[in-house]
Parts: sequence; C-alpha cells; structure tokens
Amino acid sequence: MHTETAANTAANTAAHGALKHHFADMEQQRETSSFGMWTFLITEIMFFGGMFLAYLVYRVAHYSAFAAASTSIAISWGAVNTGVLICSSLTMAMAVYSAQIGRRKALILYLLATMFLGTVFLGIKGIEYHDKWVEHHVPGPTFHFDPSEIPGEHDWGTVDERQAEIFFSLYFAMTGMHALHMIIGLGLLAWLVWGAYRGRFTPEWHSPVENIGLYWHFVDIVWIFLFPLLYLISRHQ
Amino acid sequence: MATAANNIESENYLNASYGIKSWLLTTDHKRIALLYLFSVTAFFFLGGFFAMLIRLELLTPAGDLVLPDTYNKVFTMHGIVMVFFFLIPAIPAVLGNFLVPIMVGAKDLAFPRINLLSWYVYMVGGIITLYGIVVGGVDTGWTFYTPFSTTYSDTYVTTVGVGIFINGFSSILTGLNFIVTIHRMRAPGMTFRRLPLFIWSHYATSVIMILGTPVIAITLLLVVFERAFHLGIFNPALGGDPILFQHLFWFYSHPAVYIMILPGMAVISEIIPCFSRKRIFGYHFIALASIAIAVLGFLVWAHHMFVAGISVYSAMIFSFLTFLVAIPSAIKVFNWTATMYRGSVRLDTPMLYAFGFIGLFTIGGLTGLFLGALGVDVHVHDTYFIVAHFHYIMVGGTVMAYMGGLHFWWPKMTGRMYTEFWAKLSALLVFVGFNLTFFPQFVVGYLGMPRRYHAYPPEFQVLNVLSTAGASVLAVGYVLPMIYLAWSLRYGKRATANPWNASGLEWMIQSPPTTFNFEVTPVVTWEAYNYDYLDKHPQEAPVAH
Amino acid sequence: MWSNLPLFPTQASTQAGQVDALYFFLVAVTAFFSLLIAALIVFFSIRYRHERHPVPHQIEGSTALELTWTLIPLGIAMVIFVWGAAVYFYQTRPPRGAMEIYAIGKQWMWKFQHVEGQREINQLHVPVGRDVKMVMTSQDVIHSFFVPAFRVKADVLPGRYTQTWFRATTPGRYHLFCTEYCGTQHSGMIGEVVVMEPAAYEAWLAGGSGEGSLASNGQKLFQELGCATCHRSDTQGRGPNLVGVFGKQVLLEDGRTVGADETYVRESILNPAAKIVSGFKPIMPTFEGQVSEEGLVALVAYIKTLKSAPQGAQQQNEPARPVAPTNTPGK
Repeated sequence: MHTETAANTAANTAAHGALKHHFADMEQQRETSSFGMWTFLITEIMFFGGMFLAYLVYRVAHYSAFAAASTSIAISWGAVNTGVLICSSLTMAMAVYSAQIGRRKALILYLLATMFLGTVFLGIKGIEYHDKWVEHHVPGPTFHFDPSEIPGEHDWGTVDERQAEIFFSLYFAMTGMHALHMIIGLGLLAWLVWGAYRGRFTPEWHSPVENIGLYWHFVDIVWIFLFPLLYLISRHQ
Repeated sequence: MATAANNIESENYLNASYGIKSWLLTTDHKRIALLYLFSVTAFFFLGGFFAMLIRLELLTPAGDLVLPDTYNKVFTMHGIVMVFFFLIPAIPAVLGNFLVPIMVGAKDLAFPRINLLSWYVYMVGGIITLYGIVVGGVDTGWTFYTPFSTTYSDTYVTTVGVGIFINGFSSILTGLNFIVTIHRMRAPGMTFRRLPLFIWSHYATSVIMILGTPVIAITLLLVVFERAFHLGIFNPALGGDPILFQHLFWFYSHPAVYIMILPGMAVISEIIPCFSRKRIFGYHFIALASIAIAVLGFLVWAHHMFVAGISVYSAMIFSFLTFLVAIPSAIKVFNWTATMYRGSVRLDTPMLYAFGFIGLFTIGGLTGLFLGALGVDVHVHDTYFIVAHFHYIMVGGTVMAYMGGLHFWWPKMTGRMYTEFWAKLSALLVFVGFNLTFFPQFVVGYLGMPRRYHAYPPEFQVLNVLSTAGASVLAVGYVLPMIYLAWSLRYGKRATANPWNASGLEWMIQSPPTTFNFEVTPVVTWEAYNYDYLDKHPQEAPVAH
Repeated sequence: MWSNLPLFPTQASTQAGQVDALYFFLVAVTAFFSLLIAALIVFFSIRYRHERHPVPHQIEGSTALELTWTLIPLGIAMVIFVWGAAVYFYQTRPPRGAMEIYAIGKQWMWKFQHVEGQREINQLHVPVGRDVKMVMTSQDVIHSFFVPAFRVKADVLPGRYTQTWFRATTPGRYHLFCTEYCGTQHSGMIGEVVVMEPAAYEAWLAGGSGEGSLASNGQKLFQELGCATCHRSDTQGRGPNLVGVFGKQVLLEDGRTVGADETYVRESILNPAAKIVSGFKPIMPTFEGQVSEEGLVALVAYIKTLKSAPQGAQQQNEPARPVAPTNTPGK
C-alpha cells in the first residue's frame, strides 16, 4: 500500500514536480505506469494474434501456395531486418540503462541510434514492398503470381494463384501493421529524445523511457515471430 | 470512519470550474463519466428509434412500411448502435468511471488523460458511424457475415467498420485503466477481499475488454481491407473461408456479451445488500463467479455456429463448455436471492429494477440453455427465439441494471433526489412493456419465424402485434426517466451524503463529491457490506419514503 | 391450433418429436427455476419487509448451500447437454440409403434438383416416410435451409457442399425459409416443402422434366466438356480413373489423404491444382466459368453413380458411401 505522508510527498514534489496528484508517491506512479504498459502490450498480442491465426489456418490449408509465395520474398532482406531490429533493441536497452544511471548524453545518443536503426528497418521494408510491386505480387487488380519465376528447384506442384494472393494479403496486412507500429514507435522515440534534451528524465524518474522501451521490445518480438512464419517456411522444399 | 461532509452548497466536482473547456478538457473521472452519460443516452435513443421502426414494420405481414433495403439497414444499425455504442460502454463508462476510483479509495483512475482520450475515441468512432448511417447506412447485420459484407453489400460497410474499429479502442483504454487502477491504486487496508463486488465484476469485465476487443478490431480491419483492396481472405470465390470470419468475429462477440452483463451484475450486487440491509450472501462465490464467467466466456464462441458447417465433434465441445459457463451466473442469482432472506427489505426504485433484473436475467439465461442444447439449437438458431433470448438478457438484464444503478447513484452523482412516484411508475412500465414485447418472440421464434425478416407469413401476425404493443409501453418507460431525472437536476430535493445509508466508500464522501474525492486518503479497516455496523451507527437517517 | 394464432409448430418429421421432447424439458426447467426465484423474491420482500422485519439477520454465506446450488444446476445442465448431443447426432447423420436431393441457394431463391431430373424452384416435393438427404451449396452468399415443421436447419455455403436430412411423417405443405441473412430479399427467399404419399410422389416424378436424370445430364456434360478424354475407366488415362472413387480416401501427391466427398469433386473441377492425386501430373485445366452450379451438381451426381461396373451402366439410387464432409477451408 502507498501511504501518503507529508514528508515523502514534499520530498517527491521537491525532487521533480513530476508526481501526479492522484498518486501517493513516485514509486506508485512508476509501478502504475509500467503495469499500464504491460497491460497494453497484452492487448497488442491479441491484436496481432488474430492475423497470426488467419495466417496459420491458411498455411495449413493452402500449403503449396504458401510455400511458393513465401519463397518469393527475399530472405536476405528479411534476415538483415531481423538483425537490424535486434540491434535496435540493444540500443534501446542501453538507452534505458543510461537513463537509469543519469547519463543524459548517452541516453540521447542511444535513442537516436534506435531511431536510426528503426528507420533502416522501414527503408528495407520499403525496398521489399517495391520489389513486390514490381513483381506484381501486390494483391488487387494487378496481382499475378507465377511460381516458375522463382529461381531454384522446387516441388510445390501446381500453385493456385488465388491462394498465393491470400498469402500476400496476409503478408502485407501483418507486415504493414507491424510497420505502422514501428512508425508510431519512432514518433514516441522522437518525443523521448526531446524530453531527454530538456532534462526531464532522471535516475529517480524515467518511466516514459522504460515504458516506451517495453513497447519497442514488443514490436521487435512481433517481428521475431513474423520473420520465420512469413519468410522461412518450407524453404527446404 | 470519517464523517461525511454534508455541506449542500459546498464546492464539488460540478461547480469547481465552469465553461465548456473545463468539461471537454477535464481529466476528472466523474466529469468524464457524465460526458459518457450524455453520449450513451443519445445513442440509446437513436438505437431505440431504429427499434421502433422495426416494430412498426412488423405490425403487418407484408413489408409495407419501408423498402426491404431500408429495413435491412434499420435492423443492422439498431444492432450496431445498441451493441457497440450503448450496451458495451454504458455501465462501465458511466457508473464504472464514476465509481471505480472512489470505491477503491483513490483520487482518480490510474491514467486520467487516457480516460479522457477514451471518450474522444468513442466520439470519433461514433461520429464516423453516424456519418455512415446518414449517408446511406449499412445492411449487413451487426454480425457482418462474409462474403455478403465483403463482396455483395453495396452499402457503407467500410465507413461503419472503421467507426466501430476506432470505437473499440475506447473499450480497450477503459478496461486497461480499470485493471491498473484496481491493482495499483487501492487505499491502505483495501485488500482484494474487502472490495465491493462492483469492483470484482468490473475487473472481470475489463479483462474481457482488453483480451477480446483487439480481435474484433483486426477482424473488422481485415473486412475493410478486403473491400478496399479486393482481397480474398474471407471470400470463397477467391480462395478464402467465410467460416474463418465467423470464428474470428464470435471469438470477441461472445465474450462481448459478458462485457455487457457483468457490469449489470456489478450493480445488482450493490443494490440488493443495501435494500436488504444485509451483507451479501456468498461474497467469495460471487467474486469468483465473475472471474469464472470471464474465463469460460472465451471458450464458447462457436455455439453461434452449430449449423454453420463446423464438425459435429467441435460442436459437442462447445456445447459442453456453454453449459459450464451458465453455472456461475446461476450461482450469482441464488446468492442475490439468499441475501434477501431474513433481511430488512425496502422497495425503493433501485431495488425494483434489481428485482426486474433478477427475474428477467434468469429467464434469459435459462433460455440460453435451449441454445446450448445442440438438438434444440438446430431448430431455433436464427429465429426470433434467439432475438428474444438476447433481449431478455441485454434489455431485461443490462438496461434494467443500468437504470437501477443510475437511480441508486443519482444522489451521489448529482446531489439531487428524483421523485419516487414517477421512478417507480417507470420501472413498472418498463417491466410490463418489456415482457409484452419479448415474450411473444419466444413463441413466434419456435414457430419458425426467422430473424431479419421484414415480411412474414400471416399466421405470425398476432404475436408480432403483441410485441409491437409492448414496445410502445417500453418506450414510455424509457422516456419518463429522461424527463424526471432532468427535472430533478434543477428541482429535485437536495441529497445528503448517504441517503440510502449504504455501505461503500462512495457514500462516505459528500454528494456530489469534490474533485479529488477524498480530503484525506481513507484507511480501510472494515469488510465490505458492513450493514450491521451501518444500521447501528447510521450516518444519517435515510430520506423519508 | 387456431389457424390465425398458432402457438406451436406442427410436427412433420421424425426429428420433430425428439427436438420437441427436449424443448419441453427445457421449458419445464426454465419455468421451474424462474418461478422459484420469482416466488422467493416476492415472498422475501413481503415476509421480510422492513416494517415487519426491521432488524436483519446477518449471514455470511453457507458453503453447503453454495455446493448444492452449484452441483444441482450442473447436473441438470449435463443432462441437457447429453440429451441435446444425442438429438444432434440423429440430426447430423443421414442414414444409409437416403435419397438425395441437391439444393442450390442463390439470392434470392432456392433451386432444387432431383436425381431423376426434376427441377424445382422454391418448392420441394418429397415422399412421406423416406429418408431424404439434402446436399446443398450456394452460388453467392451464405444462406440457410430451414423447414420449421421438420425442425431441420443447415447453413448453405458458397464454395462447398453442406448436408442435412429428414424423414417426413405427414403429407402436407410446410414452410421453407432462408434463415441466414442474405441481402435485400432475404425474407422473400421462402417456399414450401410438399410432402406427398409415395404413389402421388411417383406420379409427380413421372410427370417429369423430360430432361433425363441428374446423373445422365452429368454424363452428358462429362462427355461435352471432354472429361472422358483423360478420365478413362482403364489405367491409361492421363487423369485418375473415377470409377468407384466417390466416398473413398484419396492419396495426394504431397502425402495427404482426403475423402472424396461432394466438395472434393466440385473443387477438383473448379480448382484442380489444389489437390493433385498421387502419381499424376498437374495438367488438368480448370473449368471455372465453364460450368454452372447446376452443372456441377449434375457432374457430382454422375460421378457418384460410377461404381465398379462397365462404363455406361448406371445404377440409380445406389447408396453412396457416407463420407463426412470435410470442413477445413479450401477443401
């Protein structure tokens, strides 16, 4: 329980006018905001979960078409992006650490590094989307999928183009949603950089850095699931 | 215990600041609750207007009041407005927002600005949906089954789908706020076992909100994508599966009905002890029953799909689980009834609504057993039997509980008492009108009258006429409270802090409360529903009846 | 019942009585508990009203009572569950030897095809006392085939076949409704089922369409579309031999095994690439757009008649081996 005493309220307020009026002390405020972010991330799991479920159902039902379509997306770009995101999680963790020990310059630099890596990720995604557009793999009126265009020996048999289109519909929906979350993440990071520059974050209070760090790690983890499911299935075939 | 301030003209959250900005930019959970009250009431009457059109059309067997397409839009919009913009938000966003912080002994919810954001998100979603309704409407049914909604309907599915999608985030943010508040903001001494059952039920509701709503969000989004980009995710002509849509849709929409009923049960759990002057019977069982309903509620969704083409074996599993989820609700009904045993019963308006709830929810819930029984469901699925079942629960249950709660906490929220005579009359009209509207629908449904029909064989007419007659009475029962409650704001008798001599922290502060609820954080040393103490030490005599 | 105020539907099938029996039990349970709770509430409000009972007696609870009113409802619920499941088993398993009628739902009408060749729209003639299996598909959106007097209902889906069955017990005319919302004229997608005495039904059939049986139409299509070129009844065809294939398990080239039901046959015609039979090349062209749902139904009916008999001999009303329709997407 958090009892309000005149002493610690004054101390907290003196330290940073950051204590909100409805909290008894900074510890409660910190724990509450962290709890809130974890709860929000659970909702995000359910949000992405719906798409993952649709993907898994169709992967089982339309096995060959999904294997063929999956092979047509460049595993090299996907692998690079995976590396980029993992590094960005490292820089994010370093940013949180810097906030914890009060190193403002390091915090800003690590936040900027995370933003840089995030932008690289989005850039590579843009290249991939462009490649898909050029190959007529974007669902809609221009869609056309011919597995013989995919280099290498494969034994998928005949592939139903409509089923391949479903793969790409889900591919764009899932990676698109993920990219949207990344863009929002970049916006949040920019806000953190500005806040760090203004000196808002101290070792006593840096919840926004921690919580946005959690969000960033979550977006990374979603990609860790997306990558094998979308890029790596049935490569051996 | 702190004595309640009883200053009638003192500063409170209503008069603490004036002007439209102080309302539209408020972070006070109580003001936000009133913002929601205004919005959900408006949507309720819009949905009710659509309901009247439906009942008027169904007075005659021929489809002669409106065109078929119009009728299809009317029942769709009735469903969408009532489900997404009234039933799901009403009790949590009005009564929950107002009471949850106070009941746990906090000054506000954990995230006041997110609370305000949730109202704006609700309004944006609502306005987009209204726009869709005004420019032409949507005719897919609130269930949006594919491929009709993705490929065949030429109405504003995308617009309304986006509106509902956005509105879903309001639900998620409210649920998130409640969960964090209940875990982290309880006053010293307020252990989980001392929480009012209102909090336990809203906690269970919030769990469903945060786990279920994202799934309908992504499902509707996929439908929107499919329409916009001509994808084939749910369209068999393009290799997709319409049954997958149904699974995704009902995975949320079944737990959603528990989002609608659990807050109603929350209200009843507060009213019954107060007007029986007794601690609630079986506190722990009711608390755990709420959690059980939330958990089991996620496991039964395909009972909406018994004739949709799922396998016989999965149908049996879902039927079995459906019977399990009925049990915790039954436990609650028995416990509420037992609370009255050897109590000291008063029949104030909130208690009348609570009685209505218990009776009608019992009937509605038991008719759910008909639907869980596979053999009978084959016959009654998609008939008026289903329509009657869910209206018994949602209107006979949730709306009654909402009205009861509104009356119970009206003195606290506004500082005024309503007139008992008109309130009791309205409750009676609602009860009579409701039964006359919906009981005949059980009969006509078993006879075979399908849902969503605007023209029907002549032998169903008498029952439909009875139903429409009942709806007219019901409508009066809903309009009257608007009048006398509004009247009470100006002319009602001033309410004291605890006119009902009820238990709970909200009754220990002034009516209406100050902006920050408590001058000093309470330290809780007593159990919930401490009516024996309250009756021996009345804070003040109850208002004369 | 009064003809202008019926309160209960007629029972006109063997299922109806079973469904109604469970229904009445449920009504009794509902009435009992509703009245019990209502009576208790009314009684307590009067007996313990505050004027008469000003001092309440505080009771925490009673674990014994909680267990009682948990276990008894649970027991009743389990009884209802088992009973409902038993009726459902009866409803979802068409007996062997059931005569088949094909139904195609479309916005906003029902098209029925008898194997003997008769076609009907919005009206379905069936003989009394015989098992009738409906094999149904939709041309567009989801519909639902509902005959209240039979207590029979099944959704009718695009892209695959669903089934239901009944045995009518009383001659007469009964409502047929579409009961899955399907658009503008959903409430107009109604008709009637005409149950006839066997002799009258035979006479009606003999009146006939003159177009030949469904299977013979299917055979004609089979020739016209060139199917016979590859699907020969010996082992030399470029396509699998279809004699005796209906109802069996089929091994596919990717190792999976599927049951050859109506949906499999239909898919093989429209989307042959989806499932290639083991040992064959994926060279069958699609016939999507070249054959209507009615044509598909005729082809399915024809293929069902291909038993291990010399090509050309048809055996009418041979019981098809029952294969549960598979319900996974795309199949």
